[in-house]
Amino acid sequence: MLTQEKLTHLKQLEAESIYILREVAAEFSNPVMMYSIGKDSSVMLHLAMKAFAPAKLPFPLLHVDTLWKFKEMIEFRDKRAQELGFELVIHSNPDGVAMDISPFVHGSKIHTDVMKTEALKQALNQGGYDAIIGGARRDEEKSRAKERIFSFRDKGHRWDPKNQRPELWNIYNTSIAKGESVRVFPISNWTELDIWQYIYLENIQIPSLYLAKEREVVEMDGVKIMVDDERMPKELRASAKKEMVRFRTLGCYPLTGAINSTATTLPEIIKEMLLSTSSEREGRLIDKDQEGAMELKKIEGYF
Amino acid sequence: MHIEAYLKEHEHKDMLRFLTCGSVDDGKSTLIGRMLYDSKMIFEDQLRAVESESKKYGTTGEKIDMALLVDGLQSEREQGITIDVAYRFFATDNRKFIIADTPGHEQYTRNMVTGASTADVAIILIDARKGILTQTRRHSFIVSLLGIEHVIVAINKMDLVDFSQERFESIKEAYAELANELKIKNCYPIPLSALEGDNVVDKSVNMPWYEGKTLLHLLDTMDISKEQKAESFRFPVQYVNRPNLDFRGFCGTIASGSVKVGDEITILPSGKSTKVKAIINAGDISEANRSAQTQEAYAPMAITLTTEDEIDISRGDMIVHTQNLPRVSNSLKVMLVWMDEAAMVCGKNYDIKRGSSVTNGKFEHINYKIDVNSYKREVVEELHLNDIASCKMLLSRPVAVDDYKNNRLTGSFIVIDRITNNTVGAGMVVSVSRRDEDKVQISPRTYTEEERALNLYIRENFPEWECKVI
Repeated sequence: MLTQEKLTHLKQLEAESIYILREVAAEFSNPVMMYSIGKDSSVMLHLAMKAFAPAKLPFPLLHVDTLWKFKEMIEFRDKRAQELGFELVIHSNPDGVAMDISPFVHGSKIHTDVMKTEALKQALNQGGYDAIIGGARRDEEKSRAKERIFSFRDKGHRWDPKNQRPELWNIYNTSIAKGESVRVFPISNWTELDIWQYIYLENIQIPSLYLAKEREVVEMDGVKIMVDDERMPKELRASAKKEMVRFRTLGCYPLTGAINSTATTLPEIIKEMLLSTSSEREGRLIDKDQEGAMELKKIEGYF
Repeated sequence: MHIEAYLKEHEHKDMLRFLTCGSVDDGKSTLIGRMLYDSKMIFEDQLRAVESESKKYGTTGEKIDMALLVDGLQSEREQGITIDVAYRFFATDNRKFIIADTPGHEQYTRNMVTGASTADVAIILIDARKGILTQTRRHSFIVSLLGIEHVIVAINKMDLVDFSQERFESIKEAYAELANELKIKNCYPIPLSALEGDNVVDKSVNMPWYEGKTLLHLLDTMDISKEQKAESFRFPVQYVNRPNLDFRGFCGTIASGSVKVGDEITILPSGKSTKVKAIINAGDISEANRSAQTQEAYAPMAITLTTEDEIDISRGDMIVHTQNLPRVSNSLKVMLVWMDEAAMVCGKNYDIKRGSSVTNGKFEHINYKIDVNSYKREVVEELHLNDIASCKMLLSRPVAVDDYKNNRLTGSFIVIDRITNNTVGAGMVVSVSRRDEDKVQISPRTYTEEERALNLYIRENFPEWECKVI
């Protein structure tokens, strides 16, 4: 008889995520994986490569480009697409582009509504995707804790928190009518610490924005915002100063707060995280707009 | 400790999933909030947010309302109740924990069943002032029905009964009787106060008479590994990977047991046999090595198998060891939990999803419905939301199954309504009917080309009819 070690928690999480990804590929005719270039997306991409090896990914990756992402994120995205040979679909909301939407001018709510929520709906409608794989984790935010792994969306991409399908064992209901879709969250059960440990163990590539470096930042509403290009208003840029900072999450640069840090390696990031007293989302401005903000956004169709 | 050494140590953590059952006022959310808080999983900004919410919705006066940390959705925060299954996470040096937090009131039995389906351990909360209530019987029944072998009996609010040992002992004894009736194997009673933190993480100074472990210490150290019987190899085929003509791999997650290269295997339900040619453990694949192979694999690894002979294998089939076959039948005795507003009607066709296979099926007969409070059996004609019943299920084609008590993954299924697509029920195989040779009685209808064209026409031109694809 073989001696069977119990799988470690990371190996169990990995196997569960791979199971979910394969279930999507097997059950849906036109799936897509959201690619936001952040650490969670990097882990998902890594898991998907494992799930379908030696074949290539059986679905494309979709990046909703708000045109306000950090420059480095876009470079990283294009480099990975070339190295791994996955199909990459990029979409920006043309109406928003025409209106020249800017978080500095229009504020985070309008920017997010037009360039993120609306752009996502457009991309999904254009692609006609029936399953959309996302990298949300249940530990991120309270409303996420209650969402299913296979989360049903009606024709308008809306989530109904009071009318979710029961989800039992590892059996996922993938039945939908035409025009409806399912959002699938393969890393639902991972925590931020799990993600970092896994990136470390598996040597997964991530943008260097996560590591501390001297960067030019300004203070906006008590949050440190990096000067990533000259679209930042001059009067703001005037107060810019160099600081050792890094980012705990990546998104639109004017909406993503940097934290002071000296962590220049993965183990140092993990150490910093373990000693941290504030949660990951604190740097994200969109959650602070109003209480229950994320829940409202999800009902409207934001991921 | 140096961070690299810390990371090394934490690579070897294992994982435990548990369920908490209790009603609105048993202090369940408070208990979970307390575990997260005391194990330092709550961050300062979250705490600050809760402090401001405590003033608005809180029920604890000046103290921070732990429950608000846990009660997620805005709508339910306003009602002051939890309405659905929520998952929480925390970790100690030994284990990562996943908590399924489910509501306790009766109309939400389906949520509790959902939470219990993936749990290794259940915590049943009992209010020390009230003792065993109808809902305790209900929670315990569901826990035992879903095959959870370890039950922690958390006797809460001990502060409100003056930390009385006598009170604790009498509830403990009463629960032991209940556990016996339900054949729950392992019970662990603990006296605690979630509000004050007694025996949650730290030992209570108010109850020196209690010599057992604190709740967190128990969760951290309890042995949940299955009995050391050699488990049968069960591998439901999930996905066929065929990137080119030279490679045809069968992907899936091992439900139980282990497999080696060269093992004799049989594919069910077809019954054809071959040998394992190669095994790829998806976990071993890296960017540098995309064709890593392994000699052996075991549950719950996600793997890809190739076979010596080219035989027809598809999604929904089960691969097993030739010398250890499960039964194959289309007639099953099951325990069914009904989860939909629309009643279950005998004879109606449903989709039955089990592992990776979807089969058309129906319930021929309800043997009896069981009352979750009194455990009395009752003869009924149909099942309503939250009913639990023993039924006879007939599938349109035979499938390989195990009894749920032997294998949770190959002995469970969900029921999907073919019109609304909702998950309307969940079931567990009790036994394979003696009428194994039952002739297949329902066969999926075959449609003519004209009927298919009509279906397409309706779907394209009248989307508001929500017509199904045939």
